[in-house]
Amino acid sequence: MQGALEDFFRALRASDVRISPAEAIDAHRTVATVGFADRELFKDALCATLAKTADEVERFDRTFDTFFTRQSFMAAAPPPKDGDSDPMDGLPQEGDPSELARMLMAGDASALAQAMEEAAERAQVSQIRLSTQRSRLTRKLLEEMGLAEIERIIAAARRLDDPKGQAAGERLDAARQALAKEASAYVERQHELYASESGRNLREELLARKALNSDGGIDPVDLAMMQTLVKRMAKRLADRYSRRRSVAWTGHLDVRRTLRKSMGYGGMPFDIVFKTKKIDKPSIVAICDVSKSVAAAAQFLLTFLYSLNEVVDRMEAFAFSGRMISVNALLDEHKVETAILEVLKQIGFQQTDYGRSLEDFCDQHLDQLDRHTTVIFLGDARSNYADPRLDLLATIQKRSRALIWLNPEPESYWGQGDSVMHRYQRFCHVAKPCNTLGQLERIIEDVLRTYIPH
Amino acid sequence: MASVSALIQGLESVGYIASRRIATALFMAVNLQKPILVEGSAGVGKTELALSTAALLGLPLIRMQCYEGLDESKALYEWKYGKQLLYTQILKDRMGASLADAVDMDAAMDRLHGMGDLFFSEPFLEPRPLMKALQEDDGCVLLIDEIDKSDEAFEAFLLEVLSAYQVSIPEIGVLKAKTPPIVFLTSNNVRDLGDALKRRCLHLHIPLPDAALERRIVASRVPGIEADLVGQLVSFVQSLRTLDLRKSPSISETVDWARALILLNADALETEVVRDSLNVLLKFEQDIEAIEPQIAELIRKPLA
Repeated sequence: MQGALEDFFRALRASDVRISPAEAIDAHRTVATVGFADRELFKDALCATLAKTADEVERFDRTFDTFFTRQSFMAAAPPPKDGDSDPMDGLPQEGDPSELARMLMAGDASALAQAMEEAAERAQVSQIRLSTQRSRLTRKLLEEMGLAEIERIIAAARRLDDPKGQAAGERLDAARQALAKEASAYVERQHELYASESGRNLREELLARKALNSDGGIDPVDLAMMQTLVKRMAKRLADRYSRRRSVAWTGHLDVRRTLRKSMGYGGMPFDIVFKTKKIDKPSIVAICDVSKSVAAAAQFLLTFLYSLNEVVDRMEAFAFSGRMISVNALLDEHKVETAILEVLKQIGFQQTDYGRSLEDFCDQHLDQLDRHTTVIFLGDARSNYADPRLDLLATIQKRSRALIWLNPEPESYWGQGDSVMHRYQRFCHVAKPCNTLGQLERIIEDVLRTYIPH
Repeated sequence: MASVSALIQGLESVGYIASRRIATALFMAVNLQKPILVEGSAGVGKTELALSTAALLGLPLIRMQCYEGLDESKALYEWKYGKQLLYTQILKDRMGASLADAVDMDAAMDRLHGMGDLFFSEPFLEPRPLMKALQEDDGCVLLIDEIDKSDEAFEAFLLEVLSAYQVSIPEIGVLKAKTPPIVFLTSNNVRDLGDALKRRCLHLHIPLPDAALERRIVASRVPGIEADLVGQLVSFVQSLRTLDLRKSPSISETVDWARALILLNADALETEVVRDSLNVLLKFEQDIEAIEPQIAELIRKPLA
């Protein structure tokens, strides 16, 4: 059972349930306590020790069911017409009789299933990593079970003159085909257990590094995955930064509070209080370009805004192309897909006019900015040769705590053609290319972390 | 605590209807001596599980409510400063007398070292919930409620208590538990807990119950309620949960509602009664407004 448990841990790890050696030890102790007799008890007890979140419980259940289910084995020869004679009757007997042939002809499902398990261990089917390995491993599994022997017997039976022998050969052939099917299903199941998640993880990793505004944008197939990725990212950031934190500032005595505390002890300073610095919850104003030139990136920037909006308390979101509007209400009211569509419908894909949009912002929303606010601009700073209104950006910079510009274009494109990025850059505390989800996360994290006390 | 089914029966005898998964997790926690982290939405009976376990085992329950800013002086121990102050004053008086006849400084210092130093010692410790739990002679049930509300620093500080059942006090040393307590931690998922904490605990997620289980819970919590009414109100609540509400009613709300219906002398669900008592079940104005026009329909709808 040790080996089976280890395999089970591997299958769990493959489906993203984290299992440390300490948990593996716990699981062994659990099994020693409850035993295997009661399947439900065994499952629940393991679940309590191994799965640590509601998500993991779900994945645990799924993996457990796949792992510990053995579908009834179908690969057996159709029974011979004459009742209870020796199942090997009629087959040519050369050398040692094949054990596998006997099982197939007798239709001994449980023995076959066990033989397959043993062969699978020898063929190391559970080491499967890629879907392309399936056919090779199926072949190897069958060979380990003794397929060559069977094929030799079938060929020999077909050469016989005896019609009874030939019929037996046909039956064995049918059983062999069923066995092959069974083996391929077995390998498929192992693939699902050990490898399906790793393939997904690989794709997610690639997606996080993929350029958002690359030609043709993101593959529609990847859209859903990308959105969950973005959401997870925002949640992770929010978990870390949405709480009010304070950092001990050891070394600076807070005389006032120490004196106050010492009153209770007759003026003796028993309790020494040090100054702490508070790190406030972030307050963010995000302004997102949704014009044609950044269309592909805009969707994800909006998804990111949406997710951030769910978790950061003080966040104002604006979107613009020709004009600028506040999209807070839209993000609050709708589900993510409809919210994004709605934003794009209202102002998306128009001609960009940075100057006009800045004007809109300064006219209507300048009061959103105070010395605690971080302003994040997401856009490519391509203003179609219109007046970029640097003076307005300077106003925004002066009123806010920090101005951050994230540009989906690489730095070498900045300032070329109608890009006014270099001119805007002078007013930004940080201006960075932000082309992939990975970069986006890193930059936003920096914003949230370096939130300096006031 | 002999087996899971015995545990289910035991819990039932103290009024807690446990599903198999809950009982198994509890059984493992007791057998492996590990803390158990209970998650689930508000009102599904997380805290109740700890209370019932204490009642079942006849152990005292020590409860610690977590909140932002909770620190070790409130959770573990604090020095009794006032008494320490008195002690130093007594010491000063005594010292003069006993050191008076020392010939020189060295002799005085020798004698000073010879005197027992009680300034930092157990009598001057003011135990807080965690320490109290470790000091119980026959063990106890320790409930650390809403751990997700505490700070990360506090979570890290809990690790020693949870894994080794001991605490380190810098001035004294390590204090070990006499009998390891049974520890429950509850969490509403306000924030994700650290991996280190999760690793030290068994995990139990209590979902909202299915209709059959909920009927049994209501029947056991509200004695004297008629079976017909239980069936009706449970299926009403269950169908509420399928709707898109800001806050779905959980078990505690169902039980409260059942009690309210008894007080109102209702023996069957009627639109009028339901409308009057809906505020027991739903906690948001928008939810109540959304449900009110559908009440009649929801009562008629048979349980899916």
